[in-house]
Amino acid sequence: MAQLTYRASVSLAIAQSMRKDQKVFFIGEDVGAAGGVFKATVGLLEEFGKERVMDAPISEQAILGAAMGAAMTGLRPIAEIMFSDFLAVCWDIVANQIAKTRYMSDGQINIPLVIRTANGGGSKFGAQHSQSLENWSMMIPGLKVVAPSCPSDVLGLMDSAVKDPDPVIFYEHKSLYAFKEEIEQTDISIPIGEANTLHEGKDITIIGLALMAQRAKEAALILKDKHDINAKVIDLRSLVPLDLQTIKKSVIETGHVLTVEENPRLCGWGAEISSLISEHCFKNLKGPVTRVTTPHVPLPSADILEDNTIPSVELIVNEVIKKLKGE
Amino acid sequence: MVDKLNDDIGEEKRLQLWEMMLKLRLVEKKAYDLFLQNLIKGTSHLALGQEAIAGAFGVALKQGDYTFCTYRGHAHTLARGSSIEGVLGELMGRQCGLMKGKGGSMHLTDVDNGVMGSYAIIGAHLTIANGTALASKYNKTNEVSVCFFGDGTTNIGAFHEALNMAKIWNLPIVFVCENNLYMEYTPIHEVTAVEHPAADRAGAYDLDKIIVDGNDADEMLRTAEKAISKAREGKGPSLIEAKTYRHSGHSRADPGKYRPDEEVKDWMENKDPIKNYRAKLLDFNINEKIISEIEEKIKDQVEKATEISMASPIPEIKEIYTDVWANGGSEWHN
Ligand SMILES: Cc1ncc(C[n+]2csc(CCOP(=O)(O)OP(=O)(O)O)c2C)c(N)n1
Ligand SMILES: [Mg+2]
Repeated sequence: MAQLTYRASVSLAIAQSMRKDQKVFFIGEDVGAAGGVFKATVGLLEEFGKERVMDAPISEQAILGAAMGAAMTGLRPIAEIMFSDFLAVCWDIVANQIAKTRYMSDGQINIPLVIRTANGGGSKFGAQHSQSLENWSMMIPGLKVVAPSCPSDVLGLMDSAVKDPDPVIFYEHKSLYAFKEEIEQTDISIPIGEANTLHEGKDITIIGLALMAQRAKEAALILKDKHDINAKVIDLRSLVPLDLQTIKKSVIETGHVLTVEENPRLCGWGAEISSLISEHCFKNLKGPVTRVTTPHVPLPSADILEDNTIPSVELIVNEVIKKLKGE
Repeated sequence: MVDKLNDDIGEEKRLQLWEMMLKLRLVEKKAYDLFLQNLIKGTSHLALGQEAIAGAFGVALKQGDYTFCTYRGHAHTLARGSSIEGVLGELMGRQCGLMKGKGGSMHLTDVDNGVMGSYAIIGAHLTIANGTALASKYNKTNEVSVCFFGDGTTNIGAFHEALNMAKIWNLPIVFVCENNLYMEYTPIHEVTAVEHPAADRAGAYDLDKIIVDGNDADEMLRTAEKAISKAREGKGPSLIEAKTYRHSGHSRADPGKYRPDEEVKDWMENKDPIKNYRAKLLDFNINEKIISEIEEKIKDQVEKATEISMASPIPEIKEIYTDVWANGGSEWHN
């Protein structure tokens, strides 16, 4: 049994995949000699050498293009985009090329690659280094979208992402890099598309992802201790594919749903979940689905501003109470 | 004047090149006819007039090498050995098409023949072609990757990112800029800081400045072979700028009115790669009968392939939902 941070689990997960399969290589900016700007890839260059751990120029299109081309031949690249915000400068490669080439080629070409990227707020980096962009990739057919909330999920989901024959965007949350967990077994695999229950309860279903799933769990503990409310917390783990069955099962039991999203309001993933729930579970609902999101603003930088923009544990607690007790 | 004594190419290869270029020309002409008959929908970008470039590379490359081209890629696809009905069928949205109608004219792909796709967003495929080249280096195999693009493409960021990466990693790749003097409708010199849009940038990436007459099939073949050998021997990337001209407009909808009549006439009459190559074959004392027999053979092939494509069924509607994912389907939730 060892304590592992989310940060250390990233480099361990990559290393485990690279040890298992010679076809796996890793490419990104400052990832090798420097070990990554978040120190999440320390030790990889030392273990695997320059052929398999490539320090790339500041050329996001060239990085993802090279990863895509290599994947087209059957290699299994893991490419890092330092901050998810930078996906905007290589979005053509992601959304037009990587996502669509299998379909357009009538299945002649597979693109088994992983794009891992540091996502989300909490670091006071301002509006261009803090966004939660899972929904950008969710709306493009052909991309799988994964966002682990804890070290064991990083390990298990990375294993599956690397083995997956389709492109996977792997959103790591910056504010979770220091998150610790006791881990017995590190070489694990978690199928992509299976949600995880972080807290059991029959009064309300709270659906979250990454940092928001952890905050929802903290909120559930407070709700139980102080307010006698039993919330079921579902950590989606992946948006595509989506574990609709787990959501449905819980909503049928509770009849109340709250989604907690870090993205700004419009077209956040919770909107799609809310729509699915109204389609599939309308008769089971005891009230409207509530979406807790960041307001529809770019993320501000100052402590007090950022803290009051991203949904907090307190906000989740209050929203649940408001919903169930009308307070 | 031709130098018959010091002929480095030879009759066999010349005839191969002749046959290849003619096929590209006649298929493109057929594609144009099929448009006029409204049998091809959507858009299409013909490479009429530019056949010597794709043709030369088609002759010079080996099975297993990778090519990447643009939306103007019918010729480049055929040059790797894809079937004519595969190309025409795709343009007509038929089941016999290379991608059964899922990609269309701008996305011809035929992996079995090394055609790693045709790309319709300017610049992207230069970066992707680096990836197959990187794979060859990683696997220590000796395929060469070749990436074709236009003059207009030299002004987008991906061009510069890709050249830099290819150079620093010494990738086995050949970048081929087909400078047909225009982007869509704008003359390239009006929007480019340098005279030779690709070649004048080569130095910035420590690459040789290579300019070739892209309508001279022999010169094109020599240039292609040299760059391909260099890549195959592990000596790194090349950037070739081939001067050429398109005979038709940019795309189906374009009559090409922005080009001076005199200029068009000069290129069509004096610099047509096919016409000139035929004359050259005769200069090399190649029997006209052989030349004509090849013409008849290709005409026949194109007619037969057209019949096959027209007889081929349209795709089934259920195809909409296939092949998003490697499991063959398109499901996104359980
Ligand atoms: C990123 C991007 N911008 C604009 C276009 C629209 N467009 C299609 S073809 C073309 C001209 C390209 O010119 P060039 O690279 O010279 O190639 P050519 O068509 O002459 O072969 C343009 C601007 C595009 N497809 N992609
Ligand atoms: Mg052009």
